[in-house]
Amino acid sequence: MRLVRLVLARVAFYLFVTLVAAFFALPMLWLVLTPFNPRGTLAAEIPSPATMANFRLVFANAFAMRALLNSAILGIGAMLITTLVATLAAYALSRTDVPGLDFLIYALILFSSVVTGTAAMVPIFLLIFYLGLIDTLLGVILVFTGGLLPTAIFIMRDFVEGIPRSYEESALVSGATPRQMFQDVVAPLVQPGMMVVAIWAFVHVWGAFLIPFILLRSPTSMPASVAIYSFYTEAGTPIITLTSSYALLFALPVLVLYLLVNWRYGFRFFGGIKR
Amino acid sequence: MTGGAPILSRRTGFFFLLPSLGFVSLFILFPFVWVFYLSFTNQTLTGVTAIQSRLVGLANYHRLLDFETWMTSGQFGNALRISAQFVVGSALIGQALLGLAIAWAFYRWRGAFREIVYTLVILAWIIPDVVVAFTWMAFLDRDRGTLNAILQLLRLAPVDWLIQQPVLSIIIFNTWRGTAFSMLLFSSALATIPPSYLESAEVAGASGWQKFRDIILPLIRSHILTDIILITLWTFNTFTPFLITGGGPAFKSELVSIYTFRIAFQFFEFGRGGAIAVAMMLINLVLALTYLTILRRQGVRT
Repeated sequence: MRLVRLVLARVAFYLFVTLVAAFFALPMLWLVLTPFNPRGTLAAEIPSPATMANFRLVFANAFAMRALLNSAILGIGAMLITTLVATLAAYALSRTDVPGLDFLIYALILFSSVVTGTAAMVPIFLLIFYLGLIDTLLGVILVFTGGLLPTAIFIMRDFVEGIPRSYEESALVSGATPRQMFQDVVAPLVQPGMMVVAIWAFVHVWGAFLIPFILLRSPTSMPASVAIYSFYTEAGTPIITLTSSYALLFALPVLVLYLLVNWRYGFRFFGGIKR
Repeated sequence: MTGGAPILSRRTGFFFLLPSLGFVSLFILFPFVWVFYLSFTNQTLTGVTAIQSRLVGLANYHRLLDFETWMTSGQFGNALRISAQFVVGSALIGQALLGLAIAWAFYRWRGAFREIVYTLVILAWIIPDVVVAFTWMAFLDRDRGTLNAILQLLRLAPVDWLIQQPVLSIIIFNTWRGTAFSMLLFSSALATIPPSYLESAEVAGASGWQKFRDIILPLIRSHILTDIILITLWTFNTFTPFLITGGGPAFKSELVSIYTFRIAFQFFEFGRGGAIAVAMMLINLVLALTYLTILRRQGVRT
């Protein structure tokens, strides 16, 4: 009886695991196969013969390449500013004795989840419009930095709290200024935390659609997430060969970063790391 | 905080905080306040009201909450109803249950199977929005889509998913998209449970379900609450389904987020869009405050 139950449990387990794996893998089949298919359609077919021709076409498309560059500028710009500004703030929050700072952080996180891209698109658009930053990459970078900062500060603070104060105390005794302490003592020690925040911010901004879609309209400033919608025929249907290979190319940095993080740190979990 | 003198003076600390305060005030606090003001005006992007908008009182709210028509197709009440179905279906039933099931199935299980499943689930979560939108449009396509190909293998009739079942389609899509968060949260919660708890139950002859119900569930209750509130908040605000169905056909999958977008950025009626945004933010605020209350209570307990 006990053996039967054990066998049944094993069978149920493998059945469940297979179904789950299939559910998550099957939609991705198309993305993996179609870019290499010279006659790609919406069907997930094994390409015969497999070809890199689609990618060559995409690489030869100046507009598509420009859009990838724009995505990189947005991602890297928001990543650098967010990481630097968040580290400064986390340091201040961890090393001063102003009462009520914990409350401040929670209130900020609360607000950043209330004023999300979707709910805030109207005032954000008008704000950027009045600032004269419509259709500029800088405008998008600033908006993302503002939205990502509370969570970034929250993550960074954990790392700063993990550094023993004795290092800074000895630096203080030797007459270091706050700036020197931050630059020469704290910043090198919280580098793992800065990496986490940087990768998180980059992945978030690189893949984002709505904010750039609203704020950027000219072909020279469009990021890849918006530009991908221009590979359409005159009849209004997507050109599958180009779209699929461009989509895979666009997903590639995220996949590489995932592998890197997984290999270097293990995909650890920082509560609410993705919004 | 540990004892001893603080390392930074309040003045220096303030300078370090200044850039963050600037960003947050300008791009989070100011929009929050401004959208309330906007919702009482007739601001548009073009035309006379773009330059000289004026206060119109509650007119935008009256239009939003006109109970004669608000449940009809393409109106606010209808969008709220679809959003509610979407949140219950994809966040509560889909992501939370599936995430918990996967985490529980692999509790005390290491090895290749776990690696494969976790990697697949996480990949579905981190790939950019537009990329998953295209793969899902292909997956659900009536004539060539992978899903219908499988149905035909099983001798079942193909379905025109995005036309006949738009809400079900985006619910399944969003379950696929977001399960990773719940799975990761629950696996780290389960990892904190000492194996001895379960071993003694096993000695007493408890079944898998009994162990789960009587030992695991009470121990991870607070994690479940946290998970449910966060994914509800995110699912309510997500815009990605727009990339798959465009809110259609005939507004049948128009979530509140998509409705806001249509009013504000296809008609460029910012006053009206502002009123919807206010409603959205108030719903968000209630969810976020609930979350904070739970966090505070947990803080007291530990």
